[in-house]
Amino acid sequence: MRFGVVVFPGSNCDADTFHALNGVLGCDTVYLWHKDHDLQGVDCVVLPGGFSYGDYLRSGAIARFSPLMQEVKRFARKGGFVLGICNGFQILLELGLLPGAMLRNKNLKFICQHVHIRVENAGTVFTRRAAEGQVLRIPIAHFDGNYYAPPAVYRRLEGNGQIVFRYCDDSGQTDEAANVNGSLAGIAGVINAEGNVLGMMPHPERAVESLLGSTDGRFVFQSLIDSPAGRGRTTRRPS
Amino acid sequence: MKARILVAFKDSVLDPQGQAVKNALLTLGYHAVQDVRQGKVFELDLTGLTREEAERLVPEVARKVLANLIIEKFTWELLSDTAATDETL
Repeated sequence: MRFGVVVFPGSNCDADTFHALNGVLGCDTVYLWHKDHDLQGVDCVVLPGGFSYGDYLRSGAIARFSPLMQEVKRFARKGGFVLGICNGFQILLELGLLPGAMLRNKNLKFICQHVHIRVENAGTVFTRRAAEGQVLRIPIAHFDGNYYAPPAVYRRLEGNGQIVFRYCDDSGQTDEAANVNGSLAGIAGVINAEGNVLGMMPHPERAVESLLGSTDGRFVFQSLIDSPAGRGRTTRRPS
Repeated sequence: MKARILVAFKDSVLDPQGQAVKNALLTLGYHAVQDVRQGKVFELDLTGLTREEAERLVPEVARKVLANLIIEKFTWELLSDTAATDETL
């Protein structure tokens, strides 16, 4: 699988993401400049973390208008894989490829720490190497990660198995204390109904080498790498 | 011609920054303050438009760019140049 890492002015996890994909996991990876129109034949577009365009106005609000993002939108609509991490997740929300919006963290602090997230749907192309209910330890680093969606949208996400990750404690319990940023129902990652676009606030690219404290981020990338080049779909959660 | 757009969180959306400001005001003894909602103000300087064109453009850019309608709402008005100048005095 060929990966493309999008670079916006203000991206600051682009090199980390490239390193994780290419240096650690050995994948064919290219950088994609935000002003270009060419996706260079990649199978998966990764929108990395950072502060695209300074995050002025709202996080991700201006990045969505860049020329490359119009191509990414078409690519996603045709079933191409798109992974948005942190600021990349915020951009996908602003772009309308994923439902909902981000509010400032409930404690009004920039939170930079390792957290635990529970895999709520292990049937997606981004999580199939993990087990349902598995607890991953992956760092977060954000100011605006307090996920919000209107009640009707939340019910649809829940019903379709589109909630992929929830914040939890080390034993997998989701409660108020584990929900570090105040997200609706502790949501840390959501996927679109078609199952090819995932947004997540935690940074899997910062958790691929034991030297850095965790290798749990590999589950996300390895799931993608091992997936057939065909189109992934979400699966319903077993009830 | 100037336009002023006010963007604020919808009533149904929690506003943590407004809450922090409210708590500060209560700490200072302003007990009459029941709630605070924090928003953003945009002032656009417009040129080459008729009033009608401006009335179309302003809500369009508010919807498309300035506000995220999932969490925010907006109001807008056109200001005459004199009114805008007076405001800055």
